[in-house]
Amino acid sequence: MGFVHRYIQLLSVASALLITAGGLVTSTGSGLAVPDWPNSYGYFMFAFPFSSMVGGIFYEHGHRLIASTVGILTIGLVVLLTRQESRRWVRQLGWIILAAVIVQGLLGGITVLFFLPTPISVSHAGLAHLFFSLVVSLGVFTSPGWRTSYVRLTPINDQILKRLAICTPVIIYFQILIGATMRHTGAGLAIPDFPLAFGQLIPSTWSTAISINFAHRIGAAIVTMLVFAEAGHVLAHHWARRELRRPAVLLVGLLLVQIFFGAWTVLSGKQFIVNTTHVITGSVLLATAIVLALRVHHNWFPNTTTNLKHAQYSSIRLPLKNSGIQS
Amino acid sequence: MQHRSLCAFTAVLVLAIASACGGGGSDAPSEPAESAAPAFDPSTAGNIAGTVMLEGEPPEAETIRMNSDPVCVKEATNTETDYYAVGDNGGLGNVFIYVKEGLQGSFPADSSTVILDQNGCRYTPHVFGIQVGQTLQVVNNDPTLHNIHATPTNNAEFNTGQPIEGMTFDRTFDTAEVMVPFKCDVHGWMNAFVGVVDHPFFSVSGRDGAFDISTLPPGNYVIEAWHEELGTQTQEITVAEGETAPVSFVFSAS
Repeated sequence: MGFVHRYIQLLSVASALLITAGGLVTSTGSGLAVPDWPNSYGYFMFAFPFSSMVGGIFYEHGHRLIASTVGILTIGLVVLLTRQESRRWVRQLGWIILAAVIVQGLLGGITVLFFLPTPISVSHAGLAHLFFSLVVSLGVFTSPGWRTSYVRLTPINDQILKRLAICTPVIIYFQILIGATMRHTGAGLAIPDFPLAFGQLIPSTWSTAISINFAHRIGAAIVTMLVFAEAGHVLAHHWARRELRRPAVLLVGLLLVQIFFGAWTVLSGKQFIVNTTHVITGSVLLATAIVLALRVHHNWFPNTTTNLKHAQYSSIRLPLKNSGIQS
Repeated sequence: MQHRSLCAFTAVLVLAIASACGGGGSDAPSEPAESAAPAFDPSTAGNIAGTVMLEGEPPEAETIRMNSDPVCVKEATNTETDYYAVGDNGGLGNVFIYVKEGLQGSFPADSSTVILDQNGCRYTPHVFGIQVGQTLQVVNNDPTLHNIHATPTNNAEFNTGQPIEGMTFDRTFDTAEVMVPFKCDVHGWMNAFVGVVDHPFFSVSGRDGAFDISTLPPGNYVIEAWHEELGTQTQEITVAEGETAPVSFVFSAS
C-alpha cells in the first residue's frame, strides 16, 4: 500500500475526529465560548495556554486546533499528490479538497464573528461532511484495489444498482443538511417523543421547528428504504463481488447504529455524547454510500488500465519532470 | 469524458454549498421618536410598593456541576441553580417589575453605572434593570476566563471575552427590551437577565418578594412583572399624588 494512500487514511481519520469535535461544540453549546477569530482570547491560536482550555473553550478551541491540523495535513496532501500522483484528475481533486478546507475554515470563522447565523452554521456543517466524503473518495481512488484489482472485474451493467448507488448518497446528504438545520435552529426536541410524534404518527400541531424535526424523521425513513434496497440488491444479485458486498453490509450496519443514536438523542434530551455520535455516524454512513457508488461506477473514471501503466513509473515521475521531460 | 468524475465532484460540492446557503437577514431596530418629559413636581410624586408571592412548591434547586473548570470549583460560593429565589414567607425574588404603559415623555438615562459582576463563576445580580443609554459595566472578578454573550432581540447582539481577572467591559443599550439574556458560553450554567427600559421606574423583587418603585408621576399605569421561568403578569394601577399604591403579584409554581 502506497504512502499517499496511507496518508489519506490518516487525513480521513483526522477529518472524522474534526467532525466529532465540531459536533461536540454544537452539542455542548460552546460555539461562542471563544468570541474572537482567528485568535483565541487575543492569543495566536497555537499559543493559547492549555491550562485555559476550560468549559466551552475546551470544545471550541480544541475544534480549532484539530481543524488547523487537518488544514495543514490537506496542504501536505496536495504536495504529495503533486509529486507522486500520475493521474491529473486525482491531483485536481486534491486541490478541490484543499479549497474546501479553506472555505470551511472561513465559514467557521464567519459563523463565530456573526454569532452563529443559521445559514452559515448549516453551510459549515454541510461542507464538513462533504469534505470528509471527498477525502474518503480520494482514499478509494488511491487504493491498490482501485488501481489494480477492480480493472480485472467485469463492469457493473445493473441499471437498478447504478441508480440506487447514486440516489442513496445524495438523499443521505440532504438528510444530513436537514439534520444540520435542525441542530442549528434548536429544533432537535421540537417533537419530544419517538418513534411517534406527540403520540401520533403525524403531529397534530405544526411550527417551523416541528416541520424541520418531522422532515428529518421522514428523511430517515426514506434513507432507510434506500439503504435496504441498495444493500439488498447487492447481496441478492452481486454477492460474489466482494468490493460491493462489504460496503453494502457496512451500510446496513451503520444505518441501524444511526437510527439507534437518532432515537437515543431524542429520548436522552440531546445528551451531548449521544448527539455527537449521531452526527459522526451520519458522516460515515454518507462516506460508505459514496464508496459503494464509486465502486459501482468504477468504469466512469479514467482510467485504471492507464493508471496501471503509470503506476510502475510513478516513482520516477518527478525526476523526469525536473529534467524537463513531460510525462 | 476524461474529467467526468472530477466535474461530478465539483458539481456536488457547489450544489451542496448552494443548497446549504440562503435565507437569513436581520431586522434593524427602530428608534422610537421621543418627546420631552413633562415637568412634574417631585413633591407630588407617588410610589408603588408591592410583593411578588409564589403559590405552590417550586422545583428543587439543582446542584451545578462546575468541574469543567477547576477554578470555578475552587471559587464558587453558590453552586445551586437560582431559577426560583423563594423566601421563607413564600415571596418570590428575581422578578423584574417595571412600568410597561402609562408614562408620558422621555426620561434621561441615569448617569450612574450598573455593575454586572462575574464572581465565583456566577453572575451577580442574576436579574436586574437598566435604562436605555445607561452604562452597564461587566466585571470579571474570577481568576478564569469568561465570555459575556448577550442575546437580545431588539438591541445588537454582542460577545466579548474577558480572559484576565479584573477586566471590565462597558456597554449601553439603544432600545428598550424586556428582557435581554446574558450567558457565558465557557460556563454554560452562568446566565443573567437585564430589563432594558426607557425610564427609571423599575425594580427587582428580593427573596421576600418585596419591591418598590419610587418617585413616579401620578397617573394610571400598567405594571408588568417578569420571571424567567414563570413568564409575565400585568396589572393596572393608579398612583395618586403623594401616596404609595400597593400592588401584589402571585405566580403559580404548578
